Amino acid sequence: MRPVLFILIFASMIGLGFWAYRENYATKDALDHVEALQSEIATLRESLTLQRAEWAYLNRPDRLRALAEANFDRLGLLPLEPTQFGTVAQVATPAPKLPFITDPVDVIGTQQPQEDFP
Amino acid sequence: MTRTPLRPLARILSARAAGENPDVIERENLAQRHEVIRDKARARAEGRLLFLGLFFFLAFSAIGGRMGLMAATDPVEPKAAAAGTQILAQRADITDRNGRILATNMLTHALYAQPKVMVDPKRVARELAAIFPDLDGPALERRFTDGRSFLWVRKVLSPEQMQAVHEIGDPGLMFGPREMRLYPNGRLAAHVLGGASFGAEGVNSAEVIGTAGVEKAMDARLRDPAQGGAPLALSIDLTVQATIQEVLEAGMKMMNAKGAAAILLDVHTGEILSMVSLPDFDPNDRPNPLVSKDAEPGDSPLFNRALQGVYELGSTFKIFAIAQAMELGLVTPETMVDANAPMRWGKFKIDEFEGHNYGPLLSVTDVIVKSSNVGTAHIALQIGGLRQQAFLKSLGLFDATPIELIEAPGAKPLVPSRWADITTITASYGHGVAASPMHLAAAYATIANGGVAVTPTLLRRDVPPAGVRVMSAEVAANSVSMLRQVVTRGTASLGEVEGYAVAGKTGTADKPRRSGGYYEDKVVNTFASIYPANDPKYVLVVTLDEPVETSGPKPRRTAGWTAVPVAAEIIRRTSPLLGLRPEIEIAPADEVTAVSAVAVEE
Repeated sequence: MRPVLFILIFASMIGLGFWAYRENYATKDALDHVEALQSEIATLRESLTLQRAEWAYLNRPDRLRALAEANFDRLGLLPLEPTQFGTVAQVATPAPKLPFITDPVDVIGTQQPQEDFP
Repeated sequence: MTRTPLRPLARILSARAAGENPDVIERENLAQRHEVIRDKARARAEGRLLFLGLFFFLAFSAIGGRMGLMAATDPVEPKAAAAGTQILAQRADITDRNGRILATNMLTHALYAQPKVMVDPKRVARELAAIFPDLDGPALERRFTDGRSFLWVRKVLSPEQMQAVHEIGDPGLMFGPREMRLYPNGRLAAHVLGGASFGAEGVNSAEVIGTAGVEKAMDARLRDPAQGGAPLALSIDLTVQATIQEVLEAGMKMMNAKGAAAILLDVHTGEILSMVSLPDFDPNDRPNPLVSKDAEPGDSPLFNRALQGVYELGSTFKIFAIAQAMELGLVTPETMVDANAPMRWGKFKIDEFEGHNYGPLLSVTDVIVKSSNVGTAHIALQIGGLRQQAFLKSLGLFDATPIELIEAPGAKPLVPSRWADITTITASYGHGVAASPMHLAAAYATIANGGVAVTPTLLRRDVPPAGVRVMSAEVAANSVSMLRQVVTRGTASLGEVEGYAVAGKTGTADKPRRSGGYYEDKVVNTFASIYPANDPKYVLVVTLDEPVETSGPKPRRTAGWTAVPVAAEIIRRTSPLLGLRPEIEIAPADEVTAVSAVAVEE
């Protein structure tokens, strides 16, 4: 009985050792992956900051003003004026929808042959 | 081991035979036995002590060794740390009230040299001088060869310059990463932002510190790691700021002024929507102008006229005296006051503009509308110096403004230490007391806010802070109505902007000479306005430094001709941007005129 127990314990030791070895390497791989991801996040964040700065730089009021002036022929942009405020009353409301026609009426002039002409 | 009996029979018997006491033998043996026991116990105790000592020694040296090791190694970021840790952007961005970026960071590189590992210092110096025209080749070569092992060459590099330096290919040239402060809008809001530079510098990083303006005043907030890089939102509106800058610059040129400033304030919250001072500078490349000793501080482009330009603001102060007199119940808008010019007070003579005489009697409203010095002086004398000082103080005209700029505490109004009656008189029309346009804007905002004091701020506020009531709502409304009449039928008639019911007061003050006295032909023109008058929302203060309007036969230097038209154009251009709907009074008079015109034609 005893030798069998020894063999079983020995085999399970080897099994556990193999499992621990694999887990160790899997953890190291995961950590490397995390590190790579974090450096990727850092790079992306850096480029995001740069692109935000670039966006702000390209949209600076001086440049937009100069562009509006340069492309006046095509765009015709002018500074906003107080007179451009409208009222709700000035907005044309859509025409009411026609009701469903159930009783068609002939709107083209027709002539009855027996009628007299004025 | 053999145990020795205590009383060995042989010895006892022989002792007894000899007539001795056998007990002595027993004691002797007992003593010997105890000695053996004692020796054994001591040896064992010594062994135990030694063992314990060794154990403690090993334990302590293990702990000590580990501590030493930890202290000696470089800290390493834990690999499995939670994501979202802010690695970049150590200094928070600054944005305008709508989140548009005013200041941000950019990653760049610094260039340093290690001459000890340099292959050919001569060639490196020559090529560096070719890349950077402001570097002196021979001087650089001397510094490379004088035996030092480290030197900074450039604090920041553009990517093109970095590539060019790479191509020199010398191992002695190294790059260190740098976070650089970037102001993408250039000169816009330069005085508000101030600027930034490097503090403590290392090879791998450098500290970015604010040098002026909001960057320096809010330095701790911008660098606070607890804020997690959350951007700082200012109250400035980028679009409005750009428009005011454009209009003010044009106005300054047209009026031949050497400087100009404008402040736009939200009267309910005290938020500064725009603060412009001209001439300005580019905060990306903050100049360090050497202003000569006899030059005025205002000649430097770094000078923020809106905040630091402490001048006598002239007639714009009159409304404070009138408002106080109404608050105290001394006068009503219709009360007639003595306005007979010139007025004599001791050895002083108080005159009106260009020697006019609006007297003998003038209603309080007309004192403001016609800007009568004498009328205001009489009202101020009724108020008295002490009460006048207390009122001006409650409007914040005696203390530095609390706005978030590093220059603010230094811009204190100039107030005479002794307040004689003549000071009461002159202060009532804005002479003898000097304040900045910022102070004036805050004081006018208090009137426009229904008499509740307004604290100006540069940070976005969502909830207006509770202020102290300085005057009753009725007095404030009456004051605004008087100011409205200044525009409709008084000195600021050019300030009328259709639909926006501008109310305001002009002020023209002579500039003081350094040697004492005043210049004849150098003035500071100010127009402080509140609009729309029926429901005040904004206060705009425009100041022009040494303007002169030359379209007429003789040069005109009054605010009504210089600052007012500029302010009117600013209001016309910015109000639509602020979403302020013009209220066009649909005048039935037009129909009558049209009908009568038809009638005449018939």
